Amino acid sequence: MRHGRLKRALLALTTGLTAAAFSTATLAASDGIDLKPKDHIKVGFVYVSPIGDAGWSYQHDQGRKAMEERLGDKVTTQFVENVPEGADAERVIRQLASGGADLIFTTSFGYMNPTIKVAKRFPNTVFEHATGYKRAKNVGTYMPRLYEGRYLAGMIAGEMTETNKLGFVAAFPIPEVVRAINAFTRGARSVNPDATVNVIWINAWYDPAKARQAAETLMDQGADVVTHHTDSHAVVQAAAERDKYAIAYHSDMSKYGGDSQLTAVVHQWGDFYTKRAREVLNGTWTSRDVWGGIASGMVDLAELSSDVPDDVRQEVMKAREAIVNGELQPFGGPVVAKDGSVKAKEGETLSDEALLKMDYYVEGVASKLPKK
Amino acid sequence: MEIAGFNIVTWLAATLVMGTPLVLAGLGEFLAEKTGVLNLGTEGMMLVGAVSGFIAFVETDSQIAGFAVSMLAGAAMASLFALLTQTFRANQVASGLALTIFGVGLSAFMGRPYEGEGIQGLAKLHIPLLSDIPVLGPILFQQDPMVYLSIAIGAAVIYFTYHTRAGLVMRAVGESPESAHAMGYRVIGIRYLAVLSGGALAGLGGAYMSLVEPHLWVEGLVAGRGWIAVALVVFASWRPGRVMAGAYLFGGITRLGFELQGLGVPIPSQALSSLPYIATIVVLVILSRDRTKLRLNRPASLTKPFFATG
Repeated sequence: MRHGRLKRALLALTTGLTAAAFSTATLAASDGIDLKPKDHIKVGFVYVSPIGDAGWSYQHDQGRKAMEERLGDKVTTQFVENVPEGADAERVIRQLASGGADLIFTTSFGYMNPTIKVAKRFPNTVFEHATGYKRAKNVGTYMPRLYEGRYLAGMIAGEMTETNKLGFVAAFPIPEVVRAINAFTRGARSVNPDATVNVIWINAWYDPAKARQAAETLMDQGADVVTHHTDSHAVVQAAAERDKYAIAYHSDMSKYGGDSQLTAVVHQWGDFYTKRAREVLNGTWTSRDVWGGIASGMVDLAELSSDVPDDVRQEVMKAREAIVNGELQPFGGPVVAKDGSVKAKEGETLSDEALLKMDYYVEGVASKLPKK
Repeated sequence: MEIAGFNIVTWLAATLVMGTPLVLAGLGEFLAEKTGVLNLGTEGMMLVGAVSGFIAFVETDSQIAGFAVSMLAGAAMASLFALLTQTFRANQVASGLALTIFGVGLSAFMGRPYEGEGIQGLAKLHIPLLSDIPVLGPILFQQDPMVYLSIAIGAAVIYFTYHTRAGLVMRAVGESPESAHAMGYRVIGIRYLAVLSGGALAGLGGAYMSLVEPHLWVEGLVAGRGWIAVALVVFASWRPGRVMAGAYLFGGITRLGFELQGLGVPIPSQALSSLPYIATIVVLVILSRDRTKLRLNRPASLTKPFFATG
């Protein structure tokens, strides 16, 4: 025990000294990070919740495993789960860095400032922060274009509904969730102009009992396909029990939904993590902001339910192809808001900036967006 | 029965479901407080009850075993609290908070291997004849057995508290432990019993969530309902009937908020989310506005440790 601590302290000291020497040396040098090719790297991961069985952190951990599998003995990985955002996060990230990690993925928005802070102390270590906007020469950011998957899921929902009423259980009215609702609605109406989407906000990321009640309410009111932008599998389970359809989020939840789960919009991090780790191995990594969708492998649909007919399947796969090669933009004009104002004209596409600030519903959302 | 797309029957039926965990946990907290013990560990006891019941059900495939184990687990948690506050006379507020923190962690740890296990919910019980009555049938007589049981428990608690000699002793311990002691009653023993029964009910309330609605286990499933139960007891001015009314009111208005949102009623969802809290407080405060009665209802020895003398 005592030796371990001593060793760690010495390691921290040496790393600190090297870091200090390094930072003075590179002070006047280039603005990029100076990486040497390596035979083997240590990769650390920080998760905000327990890995569990499904959900946000679970998907990141699947990504870690995929990377490990592909890179074999070139990487050793290490993860810390259930790390609260804030002071604890900084301690955990620093520990990983001083433990000799060459690359650290911090996978929650609230890790942004701790990551930047620790990164300053460890200029030799590469950091990748998910969903944030602060970068440094050794800190890159990445975020999924979830709305691409939502659009495709909306198409399936639009084809499968008989009542033309779709239900959406949502967490908090922030741009990320509003974007998901809008993309889902546009997808549905691209194949079924009569489809409308009713939204219930439960004002919680995580309250399975409320999520279930919201889903029940939507189904009672006539929705025959429901989806959710909240954690847990409560919505999928509720739909399956009433023989209605559901579209899951984060992870494939067909385990709970069976064929009632039409598909799931899932995050996939394996490709991205492998790519980034390879760059660090080769010494070619540079700080970037990656907003990746289906094409980059960050977002995709889970396997479609066997209830989805072949023609719908083909139609969705064609649209998926078109999104991958850029022919189809889920927010390609005309984009008309619910109040009738035109956000993007024919031939235009909403900019990333506009997507990041989205605070209106598009046509076809039956509910009204709560205002700040 | 529908008014502009709003189905009153499904709403009221769901109200009973949403109120049930609060009814159970609230009645449990009521019992403890009525003997003068404030147990803020309800959230922790509910969580441990929820996860234990879930594990027992997964392992034995018996719902009854699940509910029984959840009550034992809740009582076990409560006995820890009773040991600290009654035997060692530790501060009740601090011990209760500690119990909740402990319960949050323990339930997460226990539930890890079972997280995401898919289980069957409890089937609804259609009471013959009664369930066929229009409007009232679907609201009252097509519920799951636990809804009926929780109402029966509520009736039993009311009867016990106000119409039995044991109930009188329980109230006496809460009002004036010294007098009860002088009359030869074992104050600490009675408080232990009340706290343990309260823990069992909290555990059952938690299991209602993990086994009935929404019947799944994920970490932190109870999501604050233990705190609402504690608050209900206070706002209901320590009257079990009002605790139940408050619990159903809270559940009903939560669901009403969803109904209105689903129908596209232009009220901000944040306002609808806070409505259950506001409505419950307002209604219960109005019910308990008589200050003399309020003072009479509040157990005089609440949070005070008892030292036997003489």
